[in-house]
Amino acid sequence: MFHHRFLAALAALCALSGPAAAQSIDETINRIFADYTGWYVGLIFADLPGTNFSWIALWLVVAALIFTFYFGFIQIKGFVHSIRLVKGDYSDPDDAGEVSHFQALATALSGTVGLGNIAGVAVAVGIGGPGATFWMIVAGLFGMATKFTECTLGVKYRNEYPDGTVSGGPMYYITKGFKERGLPGGPILAVLFCVFTILGALGGGNMFQANQAHAQISNVIGDFPGWITGVVIAAITFMVIVGGLKSIARVTEKVVPFMGIFYVLVSVVILIMNADMIGWAFGQIFAGAFTGLGVAGGFTGALIQGFRRAAFSNEAGIGSAAIAHSAVRTKEPVTEGYVALLEPFIDTVVICTMTALVIVITGVLNVDPDTGLYVWNAEAGRISTEGEVVGVALTSAAYSKAFAWFPVLLAVAVVLFAFSTMISWSYYGLKAWTYLFGEGAAKEIVFKVIFCLFIVIGASANLGPVIDFSDAMLFSMAIVNIIALYLLMPIVRGELGSYVERLRSGQITRYKG
Amino acid sequence: MSNETYVVAYEDSEGQHVLDYAVQQAKKSGASLYIIHVLEWSPYTFLTPQELEERHKRRTQETERAQSAIIDPAVKRVEAAGVRAEGKIRYGQVVEIVAETAKKLGATMIFVGRGGGNGLGARIFGSVPIGLAQVAPVPTVIVPQ
Repeated sequence: MFHHRFLAALAALCALSGPAAAQSIDETINRIFADYTGWYVGLIFADLPGTNFSWIALWLVVAALIFTFYFGFIQIKGFVHSIRLVKGDYSDPDDAGEVSHFQALATALSGTVGLGNIAGVAVAVGIGGPGATFWMIVAGLFGMATKFTECTLGVKYRNEYPDGTVSGGPMYYITKGFKERGLPGGPILAVLFCVFTILGALGGGNMFQANQAHAQISNVIGDFPGWITGVVIAAITFMVIVGGLKSIARVTEKVVPFMGIFYVLVSVVILIMNADMIGWAFGQIFAGAFTGLGVAGGFTGALIQGFRRAAFSNEAGIGSAAIAHSAVRTKEPVTEGYVALLEPFIDTVVICTMTALVIVITGVLNVDPDTGLYVWNAEAGRISTEGEVVGVALTSAAYSKAFAWFPVLLAVAVVLFAFSTMISWSYYGLKAWTYLFGEGAAKEIVFKVIFCLFIVIGASANLGPVIDFSDAMLFSMAIVNIIALYLLMPIVRGELGSYVERLRSGQITRYKG
Repeated sequence: MSNETYVVAYEDSEGQHVLDYAVQQAKKSGASLYIIHVLEWSPYTFLTPQELEERHKRRTQETERAQSAIIDPAVKRVEAAGVRAEGKIRYGQVVEIVAETAKKLGATMIFVGRGGGNGLGARIFGSVPIGLAQVAPVPTVIVPQ
């Protein structure tokens, strides 16, 4: 879902213009935010000297590499075991009726699979060329180790209350884990993480989603005021998160995975239809990964775009997944780490790669017939495309070459993905809120109402600086979270060692399969 | 007294005739009854984060309710008729759980009601008695209303 900065321009084009009065309010809010928070946003997204690679993306990628080596390539060694856990081979039948590994994974995925997989990839390939796909896959593969680490800790240090509910996430492993290891600063870091989470939930997890949902709807049915979309989505969200109307949430939770699977299936069909070009496409991807194929920035351009998209799409290191995964019923925290490592694989390695392959194969990127190289649109700073479209529109154009009805389906998918991301982030935000202010119906309602109000704001306004600020908050979560992960990773290694040992000796029962 | 066990797939008090019939048979052979109530559940459904958080609490409530409203009265009724009985609540697919339990216990017979097995849905997707007819490891008695 971390597509925002790149799509901010797209959002600006698509977002409707509200009434004149609202416009001036927009402008005022934008100005205030730009004045007071601009320096922070600039700091978070600052490029490394002499490159256009933001240090925060490097922060995420380096962490993924360190965890990969520290846990001895757990994502490769543990891959088969992860799938067995999701299938329920190691689940005690007497625990049936509790949250299964599959359910925790599906819920966490519905929070991450979304616009990043559709629009973010198009941006990466559009700027970095097909080679960006290669680096995106590489970053996705390494990110699996980060998820493993954070989700193991999420389960290990969750709070279990007498009434049977559970709360987990970075704020809990930061406080409890730091205390256990005798490290200072736990409570402060946890509070900091919660503040970032609340602001990130309201922005990237809410306003940006509402904004993009409206942009997609108005693309299909024509322009209309954004507050209408906002009020409708806010009302539905209100019914779900305040009214406890589970039926809508359940429908979404069922339709979203189906949409995801359908998206992959359509991609596979398109690839089969162009089977003769798959070899060529992979050739483009590999060649582009190391040479850049004449695309601006060459090799580093492809690498930067790929790494950036992967890091921003699968949320590895942000800490959100640790909140979602902590509800699973398991005696072994490591098992949830194993399951969670499939998330970047599905999100980035499978879904993002599908999008990239379809974009490359359908030929929506313009190629110079004389040189065989992609045509560079220097003015826009990206590869020239058919109709000069970018982001969601580029993905839509690529898929519609095979199926004319695809744009309508894509619009529906984007709206549903946005909605499920909002539901997930309303929960992440709420967990951070209750950590700070304590549990209690009245306190929770306050957050939920604020959350719904922000949906209306997000859909009706074009608040670039506000969304930038919120993005900065999401990545600030990663700064705090990854520092904690570095300090707590020996605990995860201890858990892993003991688990693998017992798995080998047969102490851990395999119930089926 | 024999060591035989009969498994009774028990939905709720509307299936009391199944229980009563099983009691009759058990009295003749001296068997005991194992009354099983299955709460339909699949580990592959999709839940919201809120539902994940509350799942353990809900499960506890569901189990308590089923125990006091369904299993306890059933066991009492059977014991009152002079037959030994044990009750159990399980989560999962009814047919699968009943068949598996019968196998595990070494039960010699399964009793099941016809329930709502006549509707269109049952014709398309099958019903518990139809399913058991296909997979039951021991003779299975389908008790009509």
